Amino acid sequence: MTAPVTGATGEAVTEAAAGARVELRGLHRRFGGTVALDGLDLAAEPGELLALLGPSGCGKTTALRCVAGFEHPDEGAVLIDGRDITGVPANRRDAGMVFQSYSLFPNLNARDNVAFGLRVRKVAAAKRHARAQELLELVGLPTVGERYPHQLSGGQQQRVAIARALALEPRVLLLDEPLSALDAKVRGALREEIRRLQLSLGITTIFVTHDQEEALSVADRVAVLRAGRLEQVAAPATLYDRPATPFVAEFVGTMNHVPGAASGERVTVLGQTLPVDGPPVHGPVDVLVRPEAVLATPSAEGTATVVASSFRGSIARLRVQLADGAELLADVPGHDSVRLAPGVTVTVAFVDRPVLVSAADLEGADS
Amino acid sequence: MAALTPAPIAGNASSAPGRKERPRAWRVVVLALAAVYFLVPMAASFWFTVDDPQGFSLDAYGQIFSAPGFASSLLLSLALAVATIAVVLLLALPAMLAVRLGAPRLRPVLEVVCTLPLVVPPITFVAGIGTVLRFGPEYLATTPFYQTIIALQNPDFPVVLVLAYVVLALPYVYRSLDAGLRAIDVRTLVEAARNCGASWPHVMFRVIVPNLRSALAGASFLTLALVLGEFTVARLLSFQPFPVWIVYISGSQAQVSVAVSLFSLLLTWLVLLAVSLAGRNRS
Repeated sequence: MTAPVTGATGEAVTEAAAGARVELRGLHRRFGGTVALDGLDLAAEPGELLALLGPSGCGKTTALRCVAGFEHPDEGAVLIDGRDITGVPANRRDAGMVFQSYSLFPNLNARDNVAFGLRVRKVAAAKRHARAQELLELVGLPTVGERYPHQLSGGQQQRVAIARALALEPRVLLLDEPLSALDAKVRGALREEIRRLQLSLGITTIFVTHDQEEALSVADRVAVLRAGRLEQVAAPATLYDRPATPFVAEFVGTMNHVPGAASGERVTVLGQTLPVDGPPVHGPVDVLVRPEAVLATPSAEGTATVVASSFRGSIARLRVQLADGAELLADVPGHDSVRLAPGVTVTVAFVDRPVLVSAADLEGADS
Repeated sequence: MAALTPAPIAGNASSAPGRKERPRAWRVVVLALAAVYFLVPMAASFWFTVDDPQGFSLDAYGQIFSAPGFASSLLLSLALAVATIAVVLLLALPAMLAVRLGAPRLRPVLEVVCTLPLVVPPITFVAGIGTVLRFGPEYLATTPFYQTIIALQNPDFPVVLVLAYVVLALPYVYRSLDAGLRAIDVRTLVEAARNCGASWPHVMFRVIVPNLRSALAGASFLTLALVLGEFTVARLLSFQPFPVWIVYISGSQAQVSVAVSLFSLLLTWLVLLAVSLAGRNRS
């Protein structure tokens, strides 16, 4: 997107949109027998883009809908800048929302869709049209104002929906998997535009997604939810490098499970001893290692064999079979992939860094 | 209603030139049979109205407008239709929305309730209404209850007929609105509007109603057709809207009554045309 943050009239599009602090305090929500939120505590700092990440059914959308006012927690409170808004009706909350499904009003053209909220507030027609045009320019669609939703592509519809969500200058922007209905290419581009827009407006944004790549690439912080509770909230790099729990480790990025033997703060795996990240443990464990922490070196004496290699440009991901038949994923530099073709015997070692261990195989981790 | 939904255009028919003749022939046959079925009785009716000992005469049509009771009964029927449409839509639409958004599990219940009038014969229905209306012991004569019952039966505008027609129209209105609501993502649209600050009435009239235009037009038309043709309830409760008047006039002026029937058919067609134009989506 190349449109500037200021609109056609030159004045700043959103003066009042200094981000608010959003706090979820002990949210509980139950649907019949299913627990959607089980005491969720979480806060989005002013101006931050916080991603809510988790498998389906983890409560991330329910949490977002509690902030929007479409769901009411059984217990707990939602606070914006310290003010409890749990009982405030959805139409009086200071939060714009973009939905997963296409949500533009089919009977209104793009401009009137964007201006809908202004019309509700009885802003004069000329003023609201000018403002709608500014917002359409802001989302990179200056010429679609007269078009109806069915004449717009999916990506354009979501951009108009973003413009509509920003029309009332909310202090919080809520995005409920806004990209999931789009194809991969549009998704990538729009994701970056959302981030750019969010940074330039400084609006506190909560972005719900089940796509870890999406969460890691745009968010300031990512909150990983599981079964209605917070597993970890941290910056993307921290989440990836220092996952707090095996669930997070498994859900974010790709993880190898290697059997090892733990004795206190050290664990022995494939003949190599590594420090344990976390409390001391004893006995047989699963050691969790990222593919990029696996070192595969061609060697005649190696006991492991490369069985598959997929070249990805800067890196190549190898599937390596160990002597006992177990398989590991290893990322090696792309230019090494020739030497590490399938059939080559290799020795396998691990980068000497603290590793997470888990007692048993995990449930509920999809990736 | 098929008339309100644009038919898909058979754009790829030309890709198979060898095969297209046969379906087209069948289409003509089906159309011709349907036309015969509908047109023969109408042509016969028309013939009856213009048949005269001297040959051909349009006198029957000329007499329609001067026939005693024509204007008053037709106006009564139209007024009843308008009132019925207003009441049934104001009743059904909010109820269906509320069930859809708030209590989806009650949907089958609502569906059964709304379909019930199709199962209960009108004669049973009217017998029940009649019994209720006749209930009026002397000692209640001065109470508002009694006066309400009397007011309901005011022959100038029998509200009781509106109430009865609302019940009779429910199945058709339900079907039509249900189809319309299925076609849009009601929940998301409502939530998007709420998120933009809209109050519930605003959501209703600025978001839901405009997007249900053709469904509402269809429901209105079906209700109109029902009220303009309803005989049993009106006759047995001794009111004289249009259909009852047609039967009444047929006793004395057979030709005029058939002419009036054809006239009302034409009227209904015109209304259908107007409704389908009004309900047509913007292109």
